[in-house]
Amino acid sequence: MHNFRYFFGRLCGAIPTLLAIVTITFFLIRLAPGGPFDQEQTLPADVLANLNAAYGLNEPMWRQYLHYIGGLAHGDFGPSFRYKDFTVTELIAQGLPVSATLGAIAILIATVAGVAVGTFAALHHKSIADHASMALAVAGIAIPSFVLLPALGLLFGVTLHWLPVAGWTPGSAADLVLPVVTLSLPPLAYIARLTRGSMLEVLQSPYIRTAFAKGLPRGTIVMRHALRPALIPVASYLAPAVAMVMTGSLVVETIAGLPGIGRYLVQGALNRDYTLVLGMVIVYSAILIFMGLVADAAIAWLDPRVRLEA
Amino acid sequence: MSAPPEDLGPLAPGLWRGAGRRLLTDRAATAALAAIFALIAAAIIGPHVNPNRFDAIDWGNIAVGPSLRHAHWLGTDRLGRDLFVRTLLGTRISLAIGLVATSVSLAVGIVYGAVAGFAGGRVDHLMMRVIEILSGLPLIFFVILLTVVFGRNLLLLFVSIGAIGWLTMARIVRGQAMVLRGREFIEAAVAGGAGPARIIFRHIVPNVIGPVIVYATLTVPQMILFESFLSFLGLGVQEPQASLGTLIAEGAAEMESAPWMLLVPGVVLAILLISFNVLGDALRDALDVKEH
Repeated sequence: MHNFRYFFGRLCGAIPTLLAIVTITFFLIRLAPGGPFDQEQTLPADVLANLNAAYGLNEPMWRQYLHYIGGLAHGDFGPSFRYKDFTVTELIAQGLPVSATLGAIAILIATVAGVAVGTFAALHHKSIADHASMALAVAGIAIPSFVLLPALGLLFGVTLHWLPVAGWTPGSAADLVLPVVTLSLPPLAYIARLTRGSMLEVLQSPYIRTAFAKGLPRGTIVMRHALRPALIPVASYLAPAVAMVMTGSLVVETIAGLPGIGRYLVQGALNRDYTLVLGMVIVYSAILIFMGLVADAAIAWLDPRVRLEA
Repeated sequence: MSAPPEDLGPLAPGLWRGAGRRLLTDRAATAALAAIFALIAAAIIGPHVNPNRFDAIDWGNIAVGPSLRHAHWLGTDRLGRDLFVRTLLGTRISLAIGLVATSVSLAVGIVYGAVAGFAGGRVDHLMMRVIEILSGLPLIFFVILLTVVFGRNLLLLFVSIGAIGWLTMARIVRGQAMVLRGREFIEAAVAGGAGPARIIFRHIVPNVIGPVIVYATLTVPQMILFESFLSFLGLGVQEPQASLGTLIAEGAAEMESAPWMLLVPGVVLAILLISFNVLGDALRDALDVKEH
């Protein structure tokens, strides 16, 4: 009951935060010079005036803002300024499942493999296996995705013909392999490092020494006693990582030719597609805030000493 | 486990000398440090060793591979520009971006975090709320906005990349400052009549420097990576200038026909990033009083 009230309070507290984020974004993007209808050929003045009027851009800023917020309250993200005939809701609803599927698989692999590698390295502290896994982890953080994905495509697609280099057929798992591997590598590397660090610390604590002293098998000690507290930094890291990965990677989706939402934020900002940018920011922030909540719940579960207080 | 208080100050030679010694006995850290200094030296001196200019086009040697038989030791790109010189120039710009951006994020983050942590109460609550809101925004969006508002200015790019990196730094410093606030020497300073500004800059900031150095070392590669991502989008350094990111982006497009165009800057970037990461990890171990 206490926990339920805590999370309900946090969810309500997220609304003003989200509203502040929307407000800042709304006015920031209007600061940028130019508008959504600027093209290489300038439009005739009366056509531009009509376009602006049709989208309500001729009204004073505060009215546009109120109008937008009013729409949001009804779940309406407004029309896209650049993708004609599409609303922002439609664009995100089409792309988000692709990006989110990709991201969810990638994060799942990264978490399981990262924790496994990190635990393994910690148990073999200062051995060759430890150094090798940490060297791999550093490489995973240091290699940019726009190098890794083309390199993987060249190797497995062009040379070995095992996997498609790029493309998207709904339901085809082979298309997902290379993008998922590319997406999962950096979080995998971070999680492995975090797990190794915290596992080393936990393994030195007195209660683990007690468990060894009373003769418990090592596997039991690690799985039953050491892993839970060692996962706490991983839980904090995962919150922003999930938000980042689930909202799509511009680089990976562009190179692999996937119809996700990764490109919308950057494209929207460059095209002054105001509503599309706002929609993307809202999706990202909402996932981020929600995942922060999930992470706090996970931490409270992992470490019962943690008290959740509003 | 609890170190004597005098071991935590900036004037505690024991801690720093010990950390320095531990760092130098760590072979990986020494190698990383050497690699960083070598790359800095190469980036400064290197372009003068080779006769080619970074933007000179050699029509007779378009996209030739690395060889010591011609003047283009590491080959040329699609426009016949020398890759050795361009990679070192790119290294210089990438390093400068990493260092300037990290300094900006350090300066802002330390002051913000120290003030929030020392002030506590309502001020702290409000300042942390601002961080929460800012970290809810996708930060790439800020940088794009800044580049479209102010144009493609290299210095501005440095500063704006740095301006997005301070959030985590502020959180770290705040956490440390909150712990320090209750300590006796701060109480003594208050009793001695020191104002809040003096306490923050003379007593709090010097004492949070350890974790800050570690985080800063790990921020440099993040900043370099972020710049290369911006360059990949075409928002970074402009032609004919080059950063490691722009060179890699060009190289990735020519990977099948001219693999050295990707390999040369890619290897340099990897060495740079790996070195900074290894150094940061080693610094953390060396400064960690608990382990020793």
